[in-house]
This record gives sequence, structure tokens and C-alpha cells, in this order.
Amino acid sequence: MSLLEIKDLGISFGGLKAVDGVGFEVSEREIVSVIGPNGAGKTTLFNMISGVYRPQRGSVHLDGQEVTGTEPHHLAALGLSRTFQNLQIFQEMSVLDNAVAGFHLRERGSILADMLSLPSVHRRARVARDGAMALLDRVGLADLANEEAGNLSYGRLKRLEIARALAVDPRILLLDEPAAGCNAVETEEIDALIAELAREGVAILLVEHDMKLVMKISNHVIVLDRGRKIAEGPPAEVSRNPEVIAAYLGAEEEDDAHADG
Amino acid sequence: MSKWLQLAILAALIAALPLLFPSGYYYRIGALVFVNALAVIGLAILIGQAGQISLGHAGFAGIGAYSCALGPEWLGLHPALSLLAGAALSGVTALLIGRPILRLRGYYLAVATLGFGILVAMVIQNERALTGGPDGMAVAELGLRDLLRDLGWRIGGGEFWYAVSGIVLILGAWIALNIFDSPTGRAMRALHGSEVAARTVGIDVASYKLKAFVISAVYASVSGSLLALQNRYITPDVAGFLHSIELVTMTVLGGAGSIMGAVFGAAILTILPQVLTALADYEQLVLGAIMIVVMIFMPQGLLPYISRRLRRTGK
Repeated sequence: MSLLEIKDLGISFGGLKAVDGVGFEVSEREIVSVIGPNGAGKTTLFNMISGVYRPQRGSVHLDGQEVTGTEPHHLAALGLSRTFQNLQIFQEMSVLDNAVAGFHLRERGSILADMLSLPSVHRRARVARDGAMALLDRVGLADLANEEAGNLSYGRLKRLEIARALAVDPRILLLDEPAAGCNAVETEEIDALIAELAREGVAILLVEHDMKLVMKISNHVIVLDRGRKIAEGPPAEVSRNPEVIAAYLGAEEEDDAHADG
Repeated sequence: MSKWLQLAILAALIAALPLLFPSGYYYRIGALVFVNALAVIGLAILIGQAGQISLGHAGFAGIGAYSCALGPEWLGLHPALSLLAGAALSGVTALLIGRPILRLRGYYLAVATLGFGILVAMVIQNERALTGGPDGMAVAELGLRDLLRDLGWRIGGGEFWYAVSGIVLILGAWIALNIFDSPTGRAMRALHGSEVAARTVGIDVASYKLKAFVISAVYASVSGSLLALQNRYITPDVAGFLHSIELVTMTVLGGAGSIMGAVFGAAILTILPQVLTALADYEQLVLGAIMIVVMIFMPQGLLPYISRRLRRTGK
């Protein structure tokens, strides 16, 4: 059975159907990519799956359990975590504290214990800190652990977001343009990291503009255009689909920017 | 700076400052600084940590102050128990009103909390039979000083309240620093940085905003109680709009991001008006100008600015 099951998901903003009846599945160890021109509804789709928006129709199932419209913090507890296209970093916290914040669900205790600084607080904090350091090491940020996050370069912040999302210990990870704004070397590193995570059993749902990356690492590709799913299949097949090519070329005639999804 | 170092510095200052006092009057100013600092520490948790504004926290100070005034008179409650009852009442009130109003953001939240503060002040003003209205009312003696005298330790009123407020302030700073260093503090700073990101790592944003609100309300309440007990008299001004603004100004001026900044801000804005009285008519003008200059050149607040300068020259 698939880990994440999306059925007929839809939402409108002021009469505009941002996402219209989209459905697909993601299994463990699988990398599924969502592609499409700007304004196709990719980020909106992500926001509905991750509970940031409440879908107006359709359903989301996580491991067989319906989680449609569930608050993001409950979804995190169920093993779904994500990164953001436009960075959502805790700017004024240290790099390490950003990653430690990802351990919130495992680190939190009673507020009274926190107020009195009981030994249990320190024990949990130590575990969270060790885990966070290991994750920072994994994304290559360990030597910047005590730096204020706001001082980091864009590419590093992208990796910090991934580390923070991994701290939740997700079973499914939603990555919204993890390689955007990264140079070739950084993209390569992120690419390797994603493939490695999938091998470890994490299901990956990816929105990405870098076609090379998508075609290289995805098992399955979903193509959105104006809120609707127009194609899906293995990368090689999708890239030959005439409707997909038309959607992309059409979009490029209107504007060739590649900012918002 | 480590928690224990900060607490040690605070305790040393509180213990050593009286050596410089030329007269008993200064003990009263010192006690007033500590009482204000306590409320401001609470606001540093709400504003500096959780990033939520309140323009009505004097309302909680009013609840605390009038609990100490009304408890002994109407319920026969000991003043110390009245302080605790007031803190509990403030906490419960914050819990009840916090749920709906903390859904609001930015200036909407500011206006809603402002409304709460004005409401409390109006109730106190209008319930003359109970509170004496705008004239205020007398507050019972705490009684601890008599107890000490019976034990053979004579201590003046100024010194006594300086010591009590100082001890409560150290306790309050200790709890606030614990929160700062804990998962709760991290969750509050995280939601301050990005609510949506905080939610996706499992932080229940609404619940942590509420916790910050309730904690800060209890701090304000205890501050109001101590003020009532040491002045032995209380007027509705303690719950007034101006007091709310004063508390927020102290928080931001000192540096909302740090607990010691809060204490510093309270000290500056309590002492400065005393010093500036020499300027008579121009007192408010100079005070306002100092505040504007600080906020323009040190937007992070006084203490963070000073500590950064010190670190830079130290290098």
C-alpha cells in the first residue's frame, strides 16, 4: 500500500481553480516529482498536503489514515515534514537551534519542567542537540552550527531547511524546490542527499524546476498545468509527452521566469 | 552569557547597590525598578521570545494589585495568599481571553489587548463601592516585617521592600532564563521566526502563544501585587493604558530579546524620570527624545547594543 494517497484534491482562490482534482500516490523509498509551468499549482498542492491550506475537495491519506485538513503540527507527529520554496528559516536563531527546533516533538516536556529547568529537560536537550549536530554534519553545515542562521548563504539555508525537516524523522518528506538558487555543485549534493534518503526508506515528494535533477532522480513524475494533472509516468515517458511539451513551451512564450510555482 | 553568570550579576547588583545609596529614599526607587522589571521580564517572554504584542498588560498588573487590596478586606485572605490568588486569577483570565485574541496578529492583536487593559481599568474605576474608584484604596500590611521584628530583626520599610522585590525579581529572572534555554523557549522563538515552519516541525503554535501570554500575565500580576503591598495604597493607574505602554517601552528599549535587557530597560525608564525631574517642564521632552534616539540607533535595544560593542572592542 502506498504511504501517501492523494485523491481528487482541489482548492479555488476567488473563483480561480488553483488546484483542480489532482490525485496520485507515493510509496516508501519512492521519489515522486511534481513539475509544471509557473502558476500550475505545485506549491498550492504542497500546502494542501502539508495542512497549511485546507482543501475544498478531495482527500489526503497518510498510511491509510485520512488526514485531510489536519493541522501541520499533527502531520509532523504522523511523520510528514516539508521544506519551503521561499525559505522559512528561524533567522534570528543559531544554525544549531534551527535544527534542534526540528526535534521539538521528541524534545518537548511539561512546561513546569522547563520553567524549573529540571534534569529531564537537559537530558532531552542533549539528545536533541546530538541529533541536530549529526543532521547538520550530514548536510555539510556542522562547522557553522553556532552561526546565526540569517548570516548564511541561500544555498546553505536550503540545506538547513532539509536538515530541520529531517529532524522530524519523517516517513514522507515534501521538498519544494530544494535546489532553487543553488549552484551546480550544491545541486549535485542535494541530488545525492535526496537519493540517499529514498534508499533509507523515506518517501520523497519533490517540486523542482531543475529538469535535469528531476529526470535523474525521480521514479515517477506528475505534470500539472493550470491546476490540473495533464500527465504522469516515468520521467522518460513524460518528457516525450506532446501535451507536456506544449504546456512548457506555451508557458515559456508568456513568461520565461522561473520563480513561483 | 550563561544563565548562572547573568543571575550572579543580577544578584550582585541587587546586593551591592545599597552601599551607594545616600538616603533611604533610594531603596524605594530600587524596589520600584525591581517591581517594574518583573513585569517587563514577563513581556520579554511574550514580545521578545514569542513575538506577540500586548498593549494591555497593565490590566493584569491591576488584577494583581487589587487582589492584594480586596482579598484581605473582603475575603479576609492573608495578603500573601491574595498575591497568589491574584496571580492565579490573572493566569486564568489570560488563558480565557488569550485563546480568541491570540488568533489575531500584529496591530489587530495590539488593539485587542489594548481593549482588555482598558476594560480592567474601567471596571476598577467604576466599581466605587468595591475599589474606591479613581481615588484608589488602602492595602493591608503584608505582616512579614512584624514577624521579623518579633524575631528580633528590625528592618525599615524601604529596605524590607527592596529586599523582597529583589528576591522575587531574581526568582522571576531565573524562571525566565530557564524558559529561554528550554524546548518551550525554542518553540516560542521558532514561531516568532516563522509560524508556518514552526507548525511543520510539530510546534503547536496556538498553544505556545497562549503559554507565553499566560506566563507574562502572571509576571505582570505579581508585579502589580508587590507594588500595592509596598505602597500600602493603590489607584486605578496601575491598570491604566499609560502603565501598559510604559511596560512595553521598557521591554523594547532594554532589548526584548534578552531577559537582562528587560531588567535594564525597566531600570533606565524608572530611574531616568527621577533624574530628569531637575529639568522640570522639559522632563517629558528629554525622556521622549532619549527614547527616539535609542530606537533609531539601537533598534535591538540598549543592552544587546552595548554587549555587542563590548564584544567588538574586546576582540
